[in-house]
Amino acid sequence: MKEPVLSGIAHTPADRPAPVLRPGNTNCGGCGMSIALNFISRAIADRSVRIVIPACCGIVTAGPYPFSSYGAPVIASTFAAAAAVATGFARVAAANGDPTRVLCFAGDGGTYDIGLATISAAAERNEDILFICYDNEIYGNTGGQRSSATPFGAATTTTPAGKHVEKKDIIGIMAAHRIPYTASVSLAHPEDMMRKLRHGLDARGFRFLHILSPCPTGWKSEPAEGIELIRLAVDSGLYPVLEVEDGREWRLNVEPSFSPEALKKFIQSQGRFARSEVPIEDVREAILGIWDDLWTRVGRESAAGRPRRPAPSSKIPPKQHPIAAE
Amino acid sequence: MSLHLISANHASASAATLAARANRKARGFVSGVYPITPQTECIELLCEEEIEKGAVVRVESEHSAMGVCIGASLSGARTFTASSSNGLAYMAENVFTAGYFRLPVVMMAVNRTLGPPWNIWVDHGDTLMLRDAGWIQFYCEDNQEVHDTTLLAFRLAEDERILLPVLVCQDAFVLSHTMMMTEIPEQEQVDAFLPELRLPHRVTDKPRVVGGLDFPHQNEMHRKQHVEAMRRVLGVYGEVQDEFERHFGRRPADPVVPHRMDDAELVVISMGTTASTARTAVDAARARGIKAGALRLRMFRPLPEALLRAHLAGRKRIAVVDRDTCPGLGGIVWGEVRGLGDAGAVVQNYLVGLGGGDIRPEHIERIIGDLAGRSEAGEPVFLEAGE
Repeated sequence: MKEPVLSGIAHTPADRPAPVLRPGNTNCGGCGMSIALNFISRAIADRSVRIVIPACCGIVTAGPYPFSSYGAPVIASTFAAAAAVATGFARVAAANGDPTRVLCFAGDGGTYDIGLATISAAAERNEDILFICYDNEIYGNTGGQRSSATPFGAATTTTPAGKHVEKKDIIGIMAAHRIPYTASVSLAHPEDMMRKLRHGLDARGFRFLHILSPCPTGWKSEPAEGIELIRLAVDSGLYPVLEVEDGREWRLNVEPSFSPEALKKFIQSQGRFARSEVPIEDVREAILGIWDDLWTRVGRESAAGRPRRPAPSSKIPPKQHPIAAE
Repeated sequence: MSLHLISANHASASAATLAARANRKARGFVSGVYPITPQTECIELLCEEEIEKGAVVRVESEHSAMGVCIGASLSGARTFTASSSNGLAYMAENVFTAGYFRLPVVMMAVNRTLGPPWNIWVDHGDTLMLRDAGWIQFYCEDNQEVHDTTLLAFRLAEDERILLPVLVCQDAFVLSHTMMMTEIPEQEQVDAFLPELRLPHRVTDKPRVVGGLDFPHQNEMHRKQHVEAMRRVLGVYGEVQDEFERHFGRRPADPVVPHRMDDAELVVISMGTTASTARTAVDAARARGIKAGALRLRMFRPLPEALLRAHLAGRKRIAVVDRDTCPGLGGIVWGEVRGLGDAGAVVQNYLVGLGGGDIRPEHIERIIGDLAGRSEAGEPVFLEAGE
């Protein structure tokens, strides 16, 4: 553990007097999105913002008319249209010289799935938008269906035996647009998170932040263990914490230990992985395969510092690419 | 004011550009645009124009084109886009959103047959599909009307008593790609006609949620407000006609446009360019001694029900010409107006010119002849199918 947990969490006079996420909201206990919003609130501080939220748990958070659990102006967009609606706000703000920063705050469904074409187009145009995806790896709002962010092996209500395809590489997808800033954010690494949120708010052009967001309801995990789960995901190499500038400059922000124990604990702490019985060795092998590419991207060509790959075991089947098998 | 030989696509884009510039001292103008035949020339011209404090965003879909307009409108900017046919179908979710957000977005729609089978010619079914989206709908008859209606649409939409989006419809190719002499006003005239947009519900720094969860009784209240705003449209439209005439010296047409209706016993109701043809056919029928008249339904939403009732009172036979189909009913316009005549009137539906088929005076004359011989209405008649 390299980062102090409390640093960045404690309330200080520099915070917004009114938080972006107000007390009394109806989010589930242990919701990662709630934790993310508290950090976003602190990063926003006294900046003028407009937050566009498509269909997702995050807009249910707002509560019923005429109340709002948000202490900032929030616009509920249609599911696929967050980046387009935000474009309208950003263009008018620019034309009028408003200092307003325009954010999208979307779940994985509105980012990886239905919203992807619109996000891609806004990224291509390099709209002045900070797009934050809080990724709980599931359609949480509708009761827990698989999305293209659901990881291999996770059971959902639409993949009851476990999902048999891997999640999309959203960081790779967004970095491929060569936008000014793409980063993954760990809720367990508050200093790194605050730096990225503040940079994301102040930088110009299209910025994309990915936040892996524990969902105790969907992950079948203990609400109190959310941040610990993220720490395990980071440490095991499952969730690489990195940032990419202009799609070219890749930087690793947190060094994982690739601990097999961390991975085992991450998987065994969540009921969603219980049914598919994915061998942990397979997951580790898949993670290390992903890191083969990542090491090159972050400019570490040498093998120094890389974890030793286990010798191929006869028990581990070659990587499967099942075709439309779910 | 100057005369130009231009297509209806360019007539609409010219009006939108003038309206866009007229808001330069307020929150400016933003348009999200995406091409579709036969609307493309309209957005191409928009992309060529220099608009002070304006942006035309070239998006990846119609859904996003309206999405950009929604965001810009909520920020207080004037907004415009254009689409057609399947593009409107793809956009539909956000068309309803703009309507229910009560945003004064103006959209020009070139009426084109919905596919499949693929067809790029005129049919009103695409915009009629958006009948219940909470938008005001106009159907135009010539290029000048497309221009003038686009221009006045901003004034009508942005009126604080209305705050509803407006759809300005025109027939594919018949107007969209046909050049006509069109009078274009000067920027100063438009500046004087169009007040700067001050959207009362524009999003500011004040924390609030736009479009969040509405419980049933609140939803009912919001829907009622929407219906009431629609009811005010006819009255405000009358004022807009007066103002338009005062600034530009010509009067935009009424919501229902009568032709030789004084002593007419048989009435032909139609929309768009079909109405010009109907007038010619009515004149020919009159020459043969048939007391025929014609009504053009220029405003479809809100439906000018009282005006239609007044025009139809005492008429014995009513032909409703639909350039659209509603499978399971007949024609959409017929479905809307069939109850507005006298109790004993014969109201017969004719489906003609579907998929862009030419509607010639002889078609309407056949309709008049058929209806004159009827003592009661029958099934909707497809005028040419199967012949």
